[in-house]
Amino acid sequence: MNTHSLAPPPSSRRGFLKSAGGAASLALTIGFEWTVTTRRALAAGPMPAVPGTTFAPNAFLRIGADDSVTVIAKHVEMGQGSYTGIATVVAEELDADWALVRVESAPADVKLYANLVFGMQGTGGSSAMANSWNQLRDAGAKARSMLLAAAAKEWQVPVSELTVEKGIVYHAGKKRQATFGALVKTARALPVPDTVTLKDPKDFKLIGHTAPRVDAAAKSDGTAEFTLDFALPGMLVALLQRPPLFGASVKSFDPTAAAAIPGVVKVVEVPAGVAVVAKSFWAAKLGRDALKIEWDETKAEKRSSAAILDEYRRLADQPAVSARADGDAAQAIKNASKKVSASYAFPYLAHAPMEPLDAVVKLTGGSCEIWAGDQFQTLDQANAAHTAGLEPQQVSIHTLYAGGSFGRRANTRSDYIVEAVSIAKAFGADGTPIKLQWTREDDIHGGLYRPMFFHKLEAGLDEKGKLTGWRQVIVGQSIMAGTSFAGMIKDGIDPTSVEGAANLAYAIPNVKVELATTTTGVPILWWRVVGSSHTAFAVESFIDEAAHAAGADPYTFRRDMLAHEPRMLAVLDLAAEKAGWNTPLPPGKGRGIAVAEAFKTLVAQVAEVSVAKDGRIKVDRVVCAVDCGTPINPDIITAQMEGGIGFGLGAVLYSEITLKDGRVEQDNFNSYRVLRMNEMPKVEVHIVPSTAPPTGVGEPGVAPVGPAVANAIFAATGKRIHVLPFSKSGLA
Amino acid sequence: MSTTFVLNGKSTTLDADPAMPLLWAVREVAGLTGTKFGCGMAQCGACTVHLDGKAIRSCVTPLSVVAGRQVTTIEGLDGKPAKAVQTAWVALQVPQCGYCQSGQIMSATALLESNSAPSDADIDSAMSGNICRCGTYNRIRAAIHAAAHSMKA
Repeated sequence: MNTHSLAPPPSSRRGFLKSAGGAASLALTIGFEWTVTTRRALAAGPMPAVPGTTFAPNAFLRIGADDSVTVIAKHVEMGQGSYTGIATVVAEELDADWALVRVESAPADVKLYANLVFGMQGTGGSSAMANSWNQLRDAGAKARSMLLAAAAKEWQVPVSELTVEKGIVYHAGKKRQATFGALVKTARALPVPDTVTLKDPKDFKLIGHTAPRVDAAAKSDGTAEFTLDFALPGMLVALLQRPPLFGASVKSFDPTAAAAIPGVVKVVEVPAGVAVVAKSFWAAKLGRDALKIEWDETKAEKRSSAAILDEYRRLADQPAVSARADGDAAQAIKNASKKVSASYAFPYLAHAPMEPLDAVVKLTGGSCEIWAGDQFQTLDQANAAHTAGLEPQQVSIHTLYAGGSFGRRANTRSDYIVEAVSIAKAFGADGTPIKLQWTREDDIHGGLYRPMFFHKLEAGLDEKGKLTGWRQVIVGQSIMAGTSFAGMIKDGIDPTSVEGAANLAYAIPNVKVELATTTTGVPILWWRVVGSSHTAFAVESFIDEAAHAAGADPYTFRRDMLAHEPRMLAVLDLAAEKAGWNTPLPPGKGRGIAVAEAFKTLVAQVAEVSVAKDGRIKVDRVVCAVDCGTPINPDIITAQMEGGIGFGLGAVLYSEITLKDGRVEQDNFNSYRVLRMNEMPKVEVHIVPSTAPPTGVGEPGVAPVGPAVANAIFAATGKRIHVLPFSKSGLA
Repeated sequence: MSTTFVLNGKSTTLDADPAMPLLWAVREVAGLTGTKFGCGMAQCGACTVHLDGKAIRSCVTPLSVVAGRQVTTIEGLDGKPAKAVQTAWVALQVPQCGYCQSGQIMSATALLESNSAPSDADIDSAMSGNICRCGTYNRIRAAIHAAAHSMKA
């Protein structure tokens, strides 16, 4: 259970309660009688039958007699600011003192903590705030209502005469005041109201006003605890040697040399490979280096990525499954006075979070405890239970800070969790805590990549330069096929393969979008902004090509087709205005624009690039406009746009995973290049004011940066980019 | 075998393989976990510590190299530049996932200790070995400038 606070809880605000026998016994838990004591008990084994744990819907906050407000986060904090956002919403409706708010991670429990978008407990699709907005407001408001009722009861005054500010309830007439902590005992005996009135947004004091991150201090002094840092007495470290090809398996191995390394405790075979379990990382590493393994490669993927891409190019000319059909695109393009066509190729991409995957497992015959930067808690719980031969309720998951993820830990296969559990099982399931640690090479070689995709587009323009027909064929692997998300595949269309393309927003009378789903032996997964990581590039590059063919300005060309999409139009206009779209640039510089919708958030970006004498480009500036509904924390929204731009830019400029005869050719950050400090452009973020329900910001900022920069490169050089990353064209 | 050196101002003897990278000696033997593992080959800077005041990558530095020398990790950071950097980091809300930030702060502090008013080019040069996948680079730059400014006061 991580607890994260901005400031130590106050010890002196209410000295008279210091002797009250500990905050735990006085905790007020809204609709959920789960004290600190029971939570600790849970950590030691399966869930005990604590009365009152099953009936309550809202388990999101706890107020201590020491005035501390502990918000329980059902979403992982992996950098996106979920802990701060969740706490902000609860604290807002509660009128809590932000300095006293702490955040604790929720245990795996689908009934209490399901993501209301997925139906399982997990974080993804930029949904943390969107799915929990009403739930958290309700939880905070009900707690506030009960604290007011408690004060009214104690002081014998009507609730309507009470006010609340920063965790203190006041009665002006009687000159009475009480902190939340002082009201805990009375409040907890009161009934939870069925309904409660939420605040008018004009009264928000925290939402929209940039509460500081709850984790900034601990992440600036080295004390924030990641899985890498988590240790238990007697814990061992395991490194796993996985096959050199996807789909290969162990034929035989010789553990002798590995076992002889001082500190190596045991060498065990598991379904994913051979693990060396040792007393330290270094011993495990030396042991793994000394392993001799013969692999069975008969079922392995042995193709090169270039050969797979060639197949995709051929498939793009074959009939495919329709994801959208408005009018008759083929006929419209045939009859057009001008035709445009282009294709775009996207490589496999690794997520490469800064913290290589890791998990600590403590397994016995009847229980399994897991500590990880877990992103799909209840799915991981089920997969861990299956691996261990236990029931899901025998598996407890403690979610720690994740050192980045970008989708990698939102893991449909629970690969690293299952590996760790299988190692603990092979080790003997004797309760010895074991930390599975991936190295960077394991991460880069390890699969679950953003899939390779190929897009083929053609369009027709009439004599006035208006688009009359648009046809897009998308070729690539399905992320959802064969996973627990497969039920979301409808009529042969994995929505994550076509999002950002099938929902093309531009008013074009004839639109056809088709999908050819492929299978390869390369394991794949969602990667930050998922489908829009490639569809936005294809669509927004091709719109630019069409604008050029029409002789139109790329901004006004888009704008003229978005009258029916006022929010998209508004971000486009805002980005163009703030970037000074119509002001001239000096020679050698270019400006490009792109707009995208991802997870219901709208983002437009204008990029400015310079071309050096050697032809290489530098991205000087990105101006970003975002509409994410109610801005809960403007500074975190800004940070997510900045970070999304940096993440997306590194990928389009430099990153690719390639296979040569099935072997991944990249190993570490020397060959899998990502963005560095000197390559980061200036970023300006403008947030559209809104009172609409909030949507996510973790991913959408990634979508437009690639095409905005590619379009800027075209403006500066006349060169279009059709194969990613840009470094393949000598431009980056 | 044991290696004796000064760790965060205190004479320390660690009983470990002298070939063990300093990163793992500091983390697993000395128990100081603020220094992170990111790549193991001096590509990302997450493991940055100070050796005799200079920023180094502890993941490729054998423990034997530091014998008799001064090693500072994030836990032992002290002095005006360090305080200015850490204050600016919080004030400008630099961290996202936070995993790389110990290394970023160690590199930034070493920079300010040798150059109290770094230019953007100086910052690029000192900081481009530290990867941040969350993309906090602009805030890191702003925080270094803010820290430098506050040190003048």
